[in-house]
Amino acid sequence: MAASHSDAGTRRDFLYVASGAIGGVAAAAVAWPLVDQMNPSAAALALASSEIDIGSVQPGQQIIYKWRGQPLFVRRRTPAEIAAAKDVDVKSLPDPLARNRAKPDATPATDAERTVKPEWLVLVGVCTHLGCTPSVSTPQIPEGQYGGWLCHCHGSDYDISGRIRKGPAPENLAVPPYSFLTDTRIKVG
Amino acid sequence: MSGPSTYNPTSGIEKWLDQRLPLPRLMHDTMSSFPTPRNLNIWYTFGGILTFCLGVQIVTGIVLAMHYVASADLAFNSVEAIMRDVNYGWLIRYVHANGASMFFLAVYIHMFRGLYYGSYKAPRELIWIIGVLIYLLMMMTAFFGYVLPWGQMSFWGATVITNLFSSIPVVGHDIAIWLWGDFAVGEATLNRFFSLHYLLPFIIAAVVGLHIWALHVPGNNNPLGIDVKSPQDTVPFHPYYTVKDAFYLILFVILFAGFVFFSPDFFGNPDNYIPANPLVTPPDIVPEWYLLPFYAMLRSVPQKLLGVIVMGAAIVTLVFIPWLDTSRVRSCRFRPLMKQFFWAFVVVCVVLGYCGHQAVDAEVAGVPLVWVARIATLYYFAYFWLIMPIVGLIETPKKLPASIAQSVLGDKAAPAE
Amino acid sequence: MRLTPLSPVPPRVSRSLVLGIAAALALSTAAVAAEGSTKRHPPKAEEFSFEGPFGTYDRGALQRGFQVYKEVCAACHSLNLVAFRNLTQPGGPEFTEAQGRALAAAVKVHAEPNDMGETTDDKGEPLMRPAVLSDHFPAPYANENAARASNSGALPPDLSLIVKARMGGPQYLYSLLTGFHEKAPAGFKVADGKYYNPYFDGWTIGMPPPLANNGVTYSDGTKATIEQQAHDVTTFLAWAAEPKMEDRKRMGFGVIIFLVAFAGVLFAAYRKVWKDAH
Repeated sequence: MAASHSDAGTRRDFLYVASGAIGGVAAAAVAWPLVDQMNPSAAALALASSEIDIGSVQPGQQIIYKWRGQPLFVRRRTPAEIAAAKDVDVKSLPDPLARNRAKPDATPATDAERTVKPEWLVLVGVCTHLGCTPSVSTPQIPEGQYGGWLCHCHGSDYDISGRIRKGPAPENLAVPPYSFLTDTRIKVG
Repeated sequence: MSGPSTYNPTSGIEKWLDQRLPLPRLMHDTMSSFPTPRNLNIWYTFGGILTFCLGVQIVTGIVLAMHYVASADLAFNSVEAIMRDVNYGWLIRYVHANGASMFFLAVYIHMFRGLYYGSYKAPRELIWIIGVLIYLLMMMTAFFGYVLPWGQMSFWGATVITNLFSSIPVVGHDIAIWLWGDFAVGEATLNRFFSLHYLLPFIIAAVVGLHIWALHVPGNNNPLGIDVKSPQDTVPFHPYYTVKDAFYLILFVILFAGFVFFSPDFFGNPDNYIPANPLVTPPDIVPEWYLLPFYAMLRSVPQKLLGVIVMGAAIVTLVFIPWLDTSRVRSCRFRPLMKQFFWAFVVVCVVLGYCGHQAVDAEVAGVPLVWVARIATLYYFAYFWLIMPIVGLIETPKKLPASIAQSVLGDKAAPAE
Repeated sequence: MRLTPLSPVPPRVSRSLVLGIAAALALSTAAVAAEGSTKRHPPKAEEFSFEGPFGTYDRGALQRGFQVYKEVCAACHSLNLVAFRNLTQPGGPEFTEAQGRALAAAVKVHAEPNDMGETTDDKGEPLMRPAVLSDHFPAPYANENAARASNSGALPPDLSLIVKARMGGPQYLYSLLTGFHEKAPAGFKVADGKYYNPYFDGWTIGMPPPLANNGVTYSDGTKATIEQQAHDVTTFLAWAAEPKMEDRKRMGFGVIIFLVAFAGVLFAAYRKVWKDAH
């Protein structure tokens, strides 16, 4: 076509840029719902925190509940187990951090920082290596060398406070945020 | 008209790519420099709008399939979970549901435009026939999609449409059973319909590719229906038609958004918010609006097999239009007689749609609608098989302009350089 | 000679048979009832706050309507698609979270299997627990058969989508709920155990008149007339059917304004580009 006059060209360029910019905004605005729809739905979020009755767990026993689709270990420890858990030099641990989601990141991995009440140990039952569920160790059927849990996938060995002691796992088993509603009922999440 | 390529690679990477996979050249030649008649009007923007509609349906459909469960027990509630719990699920689902209606609205305008301006005539017969194929695929896709929410209308619509096949002599019942995968519409039917509903849009996209390819050989027809004779008759597609299509597309999207946000169930049927119940048929089974004219034809014929044949013939007829039109002139703008028959045809299609929406035994001012539908059906077929060939022979067209440029620019055309 | 036993009739066939007979009976009574038409009357022209492009739900009506549903409708009608958490969501009745928890806790739902994997107690009764926010409203009957058995064969429909699933929407529902007191035309016979209601197809309905003046006591002091209760519960059920309506309209306005502005800029560009081409 015939060459435009320069001022007309400028105005035309401006309108192009404006159209393109608004089109870009529109595309971004449309993209967000299409991305966000893959996030957990309102129904999934409603189950993000759940209340669990732990009254039936006997001393020395562990029961696995389900929380956010993952196993939740609730272990009622004996006095001997609590003593063993406390009698550890935190500095010597492969992962010296508490990994308690209710506490600051730098909290040391003492047993007290990983529990609300010493008798109850509540853990997310997901091996921090590649996501398998570790097997619990009991006096009858021992697993691993530290009396806690052993992950059979790649041999990560956790102690009676859920801290990694040996094997490829980089972190201690995570402690979810939870609180006691009554002596035997906890709210997780 | 597609002529030699004007693409001129400048940078090194463009040259390198051009010798190996000339994708930039293809884009340039088809979407940028493509010489387009300078007189295309608003009705020619619907090709772009239809491409947009297909894109919207595919994107929202893929997203919905992430949440939908194709199971007779769970489908209805999974759709409601999308509406209630999935982030923006209500928006995506309403866009998809109304998008189907907007898609058909656009395709009908596109088809009537083609009929009016004679866009099916040589050398564009294949563009038209491929278009009819796209339309057929769209109807199938829409039908499968309407079944998926598994409401009452989904279920009974599927039952009625699949039962059409049982009218085929001898093997009809076996075909119906084969379509259902059971002895009635059920779990198996729902699962295969979901599979096909997901597949067909990609086939449509491929056939749309052929449609556009075929269009780019002779180039666009135009409202005058005369051939492009000189470069002055055309403008490059970009920026002239990119900006024009974009403007009208946004107007179309405003209408679309009006339905989605302020009347999302306008095209819907209340019965489809009742979960499918194989034991109770709703009192009035009505297909979606875009299928109503064909439904009216089906019901206007008292014999089952014949009704199905008439309905099928109504669509198959479209394929023969390029050879049924005997006129030397393409555009109805220069065909005073045919123009009137054309508008009568548009009215007849709307009347058929209205008849299809009413109850079988409905009357208007004492006239049974079934007879209205019968006469309208007759006109539908007469328009293509009688009026088109005869009027083309007896009609004296108006004088055609010398060229597109002269028609648009008048005296400004062909100035001395 | 030994008789070959007939293959047992599938339950589905027998059920459809029963339904068919029921339908035939219903048809015959309707035919006897009126030679003209027992097509339902057009619904009353009641106005609701949530109609029109700017309409929103009236919070007071939603909260009162929930009370009517809970105290009246819920005895027979389920509301399967609504969860207690929905009561606290924006755009709904907007109870506070504490109120929502309390409303949920007052209702018993089936408990998850206990540690022994049991879902019933020693006497075979299902284990129950108080509901929490994530629970859906429990249904009044265990299944369709139980519901029919308790309602002389009629099935009280689930109300989650009732406003969207009926032609006439909220006006239809309001008219139905307030339409029981009208007198049947002379000669119109209402079958035993049925009730006259001209806003229902066939003019007879299995549901007894559900609302009574002061049948509920509103805590906000609103006078609980039949019309007021019908209006409130219709508003509540309209929300139950379309809980995202307020989000939808709000977003719609933003989108339309944006698109109009976009169209304006594109129109200017379109005119500019085509200026020399005409």
